[in-house]
Parts: sequence; C-alpha cells; structure tokens
Amino acid sequence: MEPIRLTTPLTEEQVRNLKAGDNVLISGVIYTGRDAAHKRMIEALDRGEKLPFDPEGQVIYYVGPTPTKPGHAIGSCGPTSSYRMDPFAPRLLDLGLRGMIGKGKRNDQVIDSMKKNGAVYFGAIGGAAALISKSVVKCDIIAYEDLGPEAVRRLEIKDFPVIVIIDSEGNNLYNTKPIED
Amino acid sequence: MKEIDVAVVKEKVKELFTEAAYVIGNDVYSALLENKKTEKSPVGQSVLDQLIKNYDIAKEERMAVCQDTGYAVVFLEVGQEVMLKGGDINEAVNQGVREAYEEGYLRKSVVKEPIFDRKNTGDNTPAIIYYNIVPGDKLDIKVTAKGFGSENMSAIKMLVPADGLQGVKNFIIETVKKAGPNPCPPIIVGVGVGGTMEKAAMMSKQALLREVGVHNEDPNYAQLEKDLLHEINKLGIGPAGIGGNTTALAVNVNYHPTHIAGLPVAVNICCHAARHGHAVL
Repeated sequence: MEPIRLTTPLTEEQVRNLKAGDNVLISGVIYTGRDAAHKRMIEALDRGEKLPFDPEGQVIYYVGPTPTKPGHAIGSCGPTSSYRMDPFAPRLLDLGLRGMIGKGKRNDQVIDSMKKNGAVYFGAIGGAAALISKSVVKCDIIAYEDLGPEAVRRLEIKDFPVIVIIDSEGNNLYNTKPIED
Repeated sequence: MKEIDVAVVKEKVKELFTEAAYVIGNDVYSALLENKKTEKSPVGQSVLDQLIKNYDIAKEERMAVCQDTGYAVVFLEVGQEVMLKGGDINEAVNQGVREAYEEGYLRKSVVKEPIFDRKNTGDNTPAIIYYNIVPGDKLDIKVTAKGFGSENMSAIKMLVPADGLQGVKNFIIETVKKAGPNPCPPIIVGVGVGGTMEKAAMMSKQALLREVGVHNEDPNYAQLEKDLLHEINKLGIGPAGIGGNTTALAVNVNYHPTHIAGLPVAVNICCHAARHGHAVL
C-alpha cells in the first residue's frame, strides 16, 4: 500500500481521515519533547504562561537525540516510550495538538482525549534511530536548553516514516493476536 | 603479581562503550537476518528490514544505533594476582565512560539524583561498577550500555517453591506480555532464578551479557530457554509490537542455589539493541 504523504501543520479533518495501520510520510516542522520538557510545559501552562510553541495543528515527537556530529543535521533520533508522557498529553491535546510520535502503549485518558479532540498517535520504529535521522533536515533547540537531550527542538523533516498506531476513533494497532501453533 | 595500570583500563572501557554504541554485535545482527526468514507478518518483516538497515547505517557512519545510548554498567572480574596501579580504578572506569560519551557524540542520560533533583550529570557518569575477585592474573571487563525503554519493563517476583517450573514460566511470560510494544521488540529476555532477591536481579542482568544463540550449559535450563522463546514468540507481539512471530530473539536464564523457602525470579528485558562488549587484560 502506498504511504500517505502529509505536511504539517495538520487539520482535524486530515487527522480524522487516518486509520490505524496507515503508513504515513510526514514532512514539514515537528517539535520534540520528552519527560522533563513535558513537565515544564505543563508547569508553564499552570502559571498561565505560553508554551515554547503553539500546539494548534502541530505534531510532537517523543525523542531525546544524541548530540549532532559535524556534517549531520541531527544525531540518532528514534522514539522513546510514550506512556511516560501520558499524564501530560491530554492537556496538550485540548490545546489543539494533532499528532504525537513515539513508541509503545498509551493509556485510556490519552485515547479518550484523542477521540474527543481529533488527534492521532503515530509510531516510529523503536531502535531505528540512525535510519530515522536521515529524515531530519534541520534541528534547532528552541527551549529548555539546560535539559540537554531533553530540550525542546524544532525539527524540519522530509518524508519521516511513521505508522498510525491509534487513530482518532481509538482503533489500536497494538491490539495484536496470539499465534496458534 | 601482575601489574595493570588503571589508565589501560580506562582506555579499554572507552573503546568498549564506543564500539558498543556504533556497532551491534554479530549475534543480534545474525538473529535479525535469521528471523526475517521465519517472520510470517509482512509488516513484521518490513520492521526487521528497517532494523537491519539501521544497524548498517550506524556502523558505516559511526553513529549511535539508538539515541538511548544507555546507562553504563561495568562488570570487572579481578584476578587475585592482579595489582591495579596508577590511580583509583573507579575513577578510571568513569573516565573511560566520560570520554566515550563525550567524544563519541553519545547521549548523556544520567541524572544525579532520582527524586529531588533530576539534573543531568552531563557526562553519563557515574557508571554502575560491579567487582568480583577470582583466581588468576587477568582482568576481565564486560560492559553493557543498557537502554531504559526495556529496563523499565523489567520485573522481579519472590515466588515460593510450590510455584515450581510452571510458576516461573508464567511470571516470565506475563512480564513480556505486559511489556508488549514498549521495550522495542524483538527483545532479549534475561532471567535470574534462585539466590536471594538481589542475586536474582544481578543474574538477570548478567544473562543479558550472554550472546544470542548461546544456551545455558545445564540441559534443563537450555530446554527451558528454548521452551520460553517458543511460548513468547506465540504471544504475537512481533517486531515493534505491531504483530508477528518475532517477539524475542533469545531467552537467557541463569540460576543459583536458593533457600528452602524461596524461588526468586527476576526478568531483565533488553531491546534488540543489546549492546555489550568484552575484553580481557
């Protein structure tokens, strides 16, 4: 099946058309954030402050890359486990975040929020970090530089390969079946 | 007495961590190629293809195979006839780790304190170092750069003797099932059975240092490893957790005598990027 090509920012309609199992190539700009950055972003919202980027229509990638080698756009940058961001994700989805890229399970609160708001959970292949780096054209730190690998980065990507794991109806590709002998 | 300068240990530790980060072992690489032939799911096959491609790129370009370049764990077996000179051995090991991670563009993933001040130490130290004193005049160094996506999916349970073989198998399989897609399958399952609580945990980590495809020398345990691998691959989790019959590449079980009242079982899960290195000085 031919992959679906999407360019960020994404509309609710684009996202609602995606189905679990779809192969997607994303281009445009996405933002990185993992544990410590999410904690800070939620604390910023609690204080009534702005986020490092407006989540409306955007896609967040759960990743903490290795340092960039000279001559490369970014270091190795595969997905980290998404469930650790579950306590924070619904708040960002309520602000219009349309997509999350990571690996591994999500909890019911996140899935409910995705259904309500119209958002999708993409999976990148865990441990394919050198390969994935080839889809990143540019990487700039835009916030929380002191967090090192956990700083928020703005990535320009070209044909970044992902699979729709959980769609906006809650269909989940991780609900796999045991194999009979 | 044989004298070994700790500066030599530092260099060796640095080299082992650098190579482990860039080049996946032949054992894992061959296992991925083999499993591609037996994987029944086309999507699973495609994931395995991409993992193989990833390892090729990382090796070719001297890039980290995974962005999680791990917590540095070092096992030193020190021959009792060895004298370590030239400085503090702990500091030498840490310096080796520091240089590998700083000069090799590897990610620094260690925070200095777990609850109150999770500030990155900035150089991936301190390493976790285990010493064992053995007869002889060699210094045996084993290292592993342990990713935490899989470490977080590990578990330990104090079973009782009546739980027996079936209880042990159930706990191991349940742990893998519960982990599902999270630890980056296909995984390697390290198991420690017996001993005390911490001994079981330690053995489960050491079991991960064993190469994929090498079985326990005890025939009962070798059979247990094969049976568990078969059962785990029937779970259907598959490569990247999106279905298939390649959920694990190996199950390595180590055991130790235990107490009449106990049957501790520890399961340490490792992603396919099972990075380890070994050297003898």
